[in-house]
Amino acid sequence: MTYQLICGAEIHVELKTKSKMFCGCKNDPFHAPGPNIYTCPVCLGLPGGLPVPNKQAIEDTILLGLAIHSEIPSLAHFDRKHYFYPDLPKGYQISQKDEPFCIGGYIDTTEGRVRINHIHLEEDAAKMHHDLVDGKKVSLIDFNRSSVPLVEIVTEPDIHSAEQAKEFLKKVRDIVRAIGVSDCDMEKGSMRLEANISLTKDGSLPPYKVEVKNINSFRYFANSLTSEFVRQSEILDKGETPVQETRGYRSATNSTASQRVKEDAADYRYFPDPDIPPIVISKEWLEEIRSRLPELPSSKIDGLIKLGIVESAAKIIVNDQAMMEYIEQVKTLNPKFVQSAAKDIVNKKIDHTKLSPADYIKSLESKNADKVTDENVLKPIIEKILSDNPTVVADFKAGKQNALGFFVGAVMRASSGKADAGIVTSILQKIL
Amino acid sequence: MSDLSLLTVEESRKKLDAKEISSVELTTACLDSIAKQEPDLHAFVTVLSEQALSSAKVADQSIAKGESLPLLGIPISIKDNFLTKGARTTASSKVLDGFIPPFDATVVRKLKEAGAVIIGKNNMDAWAHGSSTETSDYGPTHNPWDLSKLPGGSSGGTAAAVSANEVIGGIGSETAGSIRQPASWCGVIGFKPTYGRVSRYGVVAMEASLDSPGPLSKTVRDSAIMLGVIAGHDVLDATTPDIAVPNYLKDLNSNIKGLRIGLPKEYFMKESQAGINDMVMKSAKQLESLGATLVEVNLMDPKFGIADYTIIQRAGVSSNLSRYDGVRYGNDRTYFGKEAKRRVMLGSYALSSGYYDAYYKRAQQVRMLLKQDFDRIFSQVDLIMSPTAPSTALPIGSTLNEAMFGELSDLLIEGSSLAGLTAVNIPVGLLSGLPVGAQIIGNHFQEQQVLNAAYAYEQKVNWKEIKA
Repeated sequence: MTYQLICGAEIHVELKTKSKMFCGCKNDPFHAPGPNIYTCPVCLGLPGGLPVPNKQAIEDTILLGLAIHSEIPSLAHFDRKHYFYPDLPKGYQISQKDEPFCIGGYIDTTEGRVRINHIHLEEDAAKMHHDLVDGKKVSLIDFNRSSVPLVEIVTEPDIHSAEQAKEFLKKVRDIVRAIGVSDCDMEKGSMRLEANISLTKDGSLPPYKVEVKNINSFRYFANSLTSEFVRQSEILDKGETPVQETRGYRSATNSTASQRVKEDAADYRYFPDPDIPPIVISKEWLEEIRSRLPELPSSKIDGLIKLGIVESAAKIIVNDQAMMEYIEQVKTLNPKFVQSAAKDIVNKKIDHTKLSPADYIKSLESKNADKVTDENVLKPIIEKILSDNPTVVADFKAGKQNALGFFVGAVMRASSGKADAGIVTSILQKIL
Repeated sequence: MSDLSLLTVEESRKKLDAKEISSVELTTACLDSIAKQEPDLHAFVTVLSEQALSSAKVADQSIAKGESLPLLGIPISIKDNFLTKGARTTASSKVLDGFIPPFDATVVRKLKEAGAVIIGKNNMDAWAHGSSTETSDYGPTHNPWDLSKLPGGSSGGTAAAVSANEVIGGIGSETAGSIRQPASWCGVIGFKPTYGRVSRYGVVAMEASLDSPGPLSKTVRDSAIMLGVIAGHDVLDATTPDIAVPNYLKDLNSNIKGLRIGLPKEYFMKESQAGINDMVMKSAKQLESLGATLVEVNLMDPKFGIADYTIIQRAGVSSNLSRYDGVRYGNDRTYFGKEAKRRVMLGSYALSSGYYDAYYKRAQQVRMLLKQDFDRIFSQVDLIMSPTAPSTALPIGSTLNEAMFGELSDLLIEGSSLAGLTAVNIPVGLLSGLPVGAQIIGNHFQEQQVLNAAYAYEQKVNWKEIKA
């Protein structure tokens, strides 16, 4: 029997605001020189402590929503989510249920669109340390992380393969980093992942889902999908339904193990937090936040491809601030060398941290002295290649930027490597 | 020298500034009064004798240097649900028996900055759950007018302490009735500000959308002074709007000509104790004789207020008490009293999935209707007047097996609390030797208007001479 994988992701991202979500304490749990030093009555949950929401965190959340095409409602509010755990000093977490800051949205992957259900803002819990002190097993609580702003991105069940999951998660991380609201450090835990996985035969949502936790890398996320696919297939093949439960990912064995079977859905007794008045997001405020939105990785990649850079190189360059700046400078100095510059820095042919763009261009210019740069010579060659490959031309017109690289390569071969790639690219772009 | 503990805040201020008396003398007089009466009254959970005397000494030095602050050197007692840095705060529950707060509530900080001498922490219903001060884990407070009677609550300790001249003034808190009702039973002024006018930061929470700290005092002028000190926007409480605080004392004006006062028929209930309605009506007529216009109005039946308040408040309680989880404080959850347990259970039920829509959400919708009902009345009148409580002080022991005791005795108060309005209790006479209170309710942030009407009455009538 063949099954289709259905997966939704829940992604937690700690925002790197200066102060915590509901108090003035420093938000820096990973660099704190000691435990329990960034605390106050509010984040310790002392009697009488009251939450005052962090405006920056709200703006960061909305910014993230704008970056992934969410709808931003004009009114949002915080809810209390009740459960007992020693790392939750108030007995409830301040979160959002009915009126989050961002509703809907999507991120496109090569295997299709992954829709976002919503993004909400909440506070992180404190951190538990299970330790040996004087030979005794003890549980210690560090409140430095208590009430650090935490964004949760919840997707629709639109992920259908391990590869797509990885691509999607990388895109989320790149966007979050590009807008500068979190470092998304998986190792430290400023980005945390959960997967809801089930299998279907006909594409409809099955009557169960398995929640997988303890995933601390994109690879493990993908692995958990693969191993769950195998495990659940075997159960379904026997005509049974997998148990609705929470499982933990074990990297050592690349498998998941049952942690908790949910007999009933937990009752968190949500209700609007009366300590925090509802938050009105005015048009003016929203536009102010929107003006902070930088160019996003996907649009930067498109821009580089338009300059003739191959997609694989463009993806590497946008994730490296120094490379990106180098390309920008080369483009300003002489756009026809952008392509080779991209190739050379990605392939580490040159050290872009040492060789200045100007010197780089000079060196190329001297090398290119014998290159064919005459448009009148190159044009007929190009036109011949285009008429020989009508399907690739159609591909390019349908949006496949890769096709450009194909033509440039073909022209280079036809001219025994003497054609000037930059000029070839610009001629190609003109004709196409 | 006569007994200084009988002084009002305003009289104390004048005598201290004129150096006729010292803060140490005044504080000592109050401590003596406490020592003498506490065995009978039990209005305090903690008396801070040493700290009070040492702040009195500091206050005297400041006064000697010519400094003047509204409460400089004046002994004030505070309900035990306000956190006081370094001084045990229990909210009258054994769960918090050993809790020494590391910070002051905003109200306490403001009182200290205004020079007040914090003389002790008043007894209350445990967690402010009640209207009797009988549910305190430290034993009941007795009514100074009749020791066999309850003082009301939950700010019963503060009301009794002010009434018995154990202190010059006091600070209580009201969720729905906890200032007005004990003030009514103990015959003092009890002022409930608009929700959000006074910061809740550092007050042990009962229900966050209702809790309102406020003064209890011997005179209206004293309430104006204390309210002026504690009111205002607080960056630590997101529900306090940034609205300027008037100078309540300076603007106090007994000229109430043209003021329209609404008398809601539904609040003069035939079920109330005989004599109360008449006495409150007489006090309204006194205001009429001073130039106010009395208007008969209709308000939503107060019984809807009880149902609505009970759900919203219990839900809040179930949430707010979850932090006392036995991990951090001295005593665990088995130390919760019966009343707290009942409230947690009812509140948890009202918030449970499947019941939320039928109870909590519905209650919020009804609350909106209630608020609209008051909005409608305030488009016709400036103030609303009615009895504060349906009875005078009831005997000690009345709350036993009466889970809804508080709600019934706060029947006439809960609607205006749900609407977030400001109000005052003024004593208007003695019925069989026990004080009767009238409440004057004003619209949001109309504290001055409420104070003015109460002041006009106080100037005209010596309430202790009105008897029935």
